[in-house]
Amino acid sequence: MSSQARELETLATSDYKFGWVTDIEQESAPPGLNEDIIRFISEKKNEPDWLLEWRLKAYRHWLTMTDPLKRKKSEQWAMVTYPDIDYQSIVYYAAPKNAGDGPASLDEVDPELLATYEKLGIPLEEQKMLAGVAVDAVFDSVSVATTFKETLAEAGVIFCSFSEAVQDHPDLVRQYLGSVVPHTDNYFAALNSAVFSDGSFCYIPKGVRCPMELSTYFRINAANTGQFERTLVIAEEGAYVSYLEGCTAPMRDENQLHAAVVELVALDNAQIKYSTVQNWYPGDIDGKGGIYNFVTKRGACRGANSKISWTQVETGSAITWKYPSCILQGDNSVGEFYSVAVTSLKQQADTGTKMIHIGKNTRSTVISKGISALLGQNTYRGAVQVLKGAHNARNFTQCDSMLIGDQCGAHTFPYIDVRNPSAQVEHEATTSKIGEDQIFYCNQRGISTEDAVSMIVNGFCKEVLAELPMEFAVEAQKLLGISLEGSVG
Amino acid sequence: MLEIRNLHAGVEGAEILHGIDLAVNAGEIHAIMGPNGSGKSTLAQVLAGHEAYSVTEGEVIYEGQDLLDMDPDERAVHGVFLAFQYPVEIPGVNSAYFLRTALNALRTARDEEEVDAIDFLTLIRDKLKLVEMDEKFLKRSVNEGFSGGEKKRHEILQMAVLEPRLAILDETDSGLDIDALRIVANGVNTLYSADKATIVVTHYQRLLNNIVPDFVHVMLDGRIVQSGDKTLALELEEKGYDWIKEEHATHSV
Repeated sequence: MSSQARELETLATSDYKFGWVTDIEQESAPPGLNEDIIRFISEKKNEPDWLLEWRLKAYRHWLTMTDPLKRKKSEQWAMVTYPDIDYQSIVYYAAPKNAGDGPASLDEVDPELLATYEKLGIPLEEQKMLAGVAVDAVFDSVSVATTFKETLAEAGVIFCSFSEAVQDHPDLVRQYLGSVVPHTDNYFAALNSAVFSDGSFCYIPKGVRCPMELSTYFRINAANTGQFERTLVIAEEGAYVSYLEGCTAPMRDENQLHAAVVELVALDNAQIKYSTVQNWYPGDIDGKGGIYNFVTKRGACRGANSKISWTQVETGSAITWKYPSCILQGDNSVGEFYSVAVTSLKQQADTGTKMIHIGKNTRSTVISKGISALLGQNTYRGAVQVLKGAHNARNFTQCDSMLIGDQCGAHTFPYIDVRNPSAQVEHEATTSKIGEDQIFYCNQRGISTEDAVSMIVNGFCKEVLAELPMEFAVEAQKLLGISLEGSVG
Repeated sequence: MLEIRNLHAGVEGAEILHGIDLAVNAGEIHAIMGPNGSGKSTLAQVLAGHEAYSVTEGEVIYEGQDLLDMDPDERAVHGVFLAFQYPVEIPGVNSAYFLRTALNALRTARDEEEVDAIDFLTLIRDKLKLVEMDEKFLKRSVNEGFSGGEKKRHEILQMAVLEPRLAILDETDSGLDIDALRIVANGVNTLYSADKATIVVTHYQRLLNNIVPDFVHVMLDGRIVQSGDKTLALELEEKGYDWIKEEHATHSV
């Protein structure tokens, strides 16, 4: 078995195509976490006092909290295991040198860095010409360049790095920061609130339909660095925006922590569509290396008739712990969650959503597709809550698992809490195995086993992939194939 | 084209084929008949390369090459096609995508240019007529929710698109009504040419009214016990398999 596992390992890990390290000068804080480090970060970013105070408040709260893994066994609900994280060995701030002030244009960006993004398949230069996608690229902790800023400004859309937003639009930031995910929310959200270094900020004014897809690429480059980005998207009344994010990281033997927070706010008649393709380094078959992806994502449908739609394709990370959720406050508001999560190698994913129905006639849809291969463990965890005043709330949840091989696992934990008798909640779940017969059928028609697995898996995920914007859907399909290479045969 | 010599094969240690000999030349149609459990479908699966079956003895030479040495997808590239007795469902993958992927896989392996979506549509429309299928089939997931007859016609459609040199039809007639039977047979006959060969595995004679075989072989207990021309099929239809069982039993003694 072990030589076979070895072979699988080579096959599976040789295909992480984003595992290089970019050799550029870094400016970093010393490892460790204390109030001085937080002051250092805040000062580096020239932040106003209120923000420093907010960070410190979050830090002091975090100190009172217990690492989820150190809780009593009975209080550990996530189906993931990992060694203790030494929060004092992490570097909380790393930036490409000379990027302190932020480049004014692409010409000022380190060419090495631009080359990195080209390797990732997002040539910023070309992005300028290709209509449709504006990119904000976050490298370790600092946002490197934002394209299309001018075009967007004409429409009144603000799309910039979080640091810039703090400088240029402090009132908006102050009004909404922490309003969906408070600094006390959970251990990792509190940590993020204390040390977040950058991220993206997006504001769509009243009645504006954002003229292009907005996109952020995240990359962790530096060793021993945590990435703690913060994203805030606000859609005013009647506004619409589609936002995409993609993530990669170098292959490293040690684990890296990624604890991000994303907050979305949709006011009356506003719509936010948020799509993620997450391909952080997954580690190897022995569980060595890889990203701990502990992320808090939540959207508030504050206004009537508002809509928030999450779509995620999670193929990377050693451990994924994330539950993009919707708080359906406004009457007639709509929440959606479409998810594909792949766990191969020794990956663990505990992911799902929370739909909280508060307003009348609120509706939510949850479609989750979990795929497990090799030694992967895949858990769907989803909560549907219908509060007392949520008359005529509707939820439909469909939760499908696919197993490839006989050493992986799929688990489903739905939590349903209904306090209004007029509510209708449906939950459907299936588990299937990629059959040898399906693969043989494809083989007999000339399709190789790898391509057959990719095709069968893509078919299985079709409903979710259909929710992704076109360019992303193609990328996601390829990624699914690559993630599962070497898992059969 | 195909030469099977003393083929022994089975599943999980239990031998099902006890020494099959069969030669098929280009331009010929062979029918393999026999009662249930005689090993007909096993032979078809072994020729296509299903990994559940292991070959314990004998050899299969296909166009001068060792067929048993090839992976199933390699066999397809070399022109071997199996119309499945039980076509497999692939949810979420539509028929057009599946067929184009298969066609392009074969073409790429043969160093031919891939067919783009537009050319493919032209090509497939033509083939759809052959099996009297509506274009809307192309949008449905492979075999999912298909009726028995639709599945079998879909197999022939794939055969029409992939244009194999050696087609093996495994009980393609089972579960078909008269119309579907006619359509399937018409498809097979239209695709027939002098450089191709077909092996029709069937339980009943009725398909052979429409697809006229050059040779008929009767399988019993994992062996071919009798071979003849199409009149043998008619004789079987009339008398059933019992007489051949008795005769074979007598011979064995």
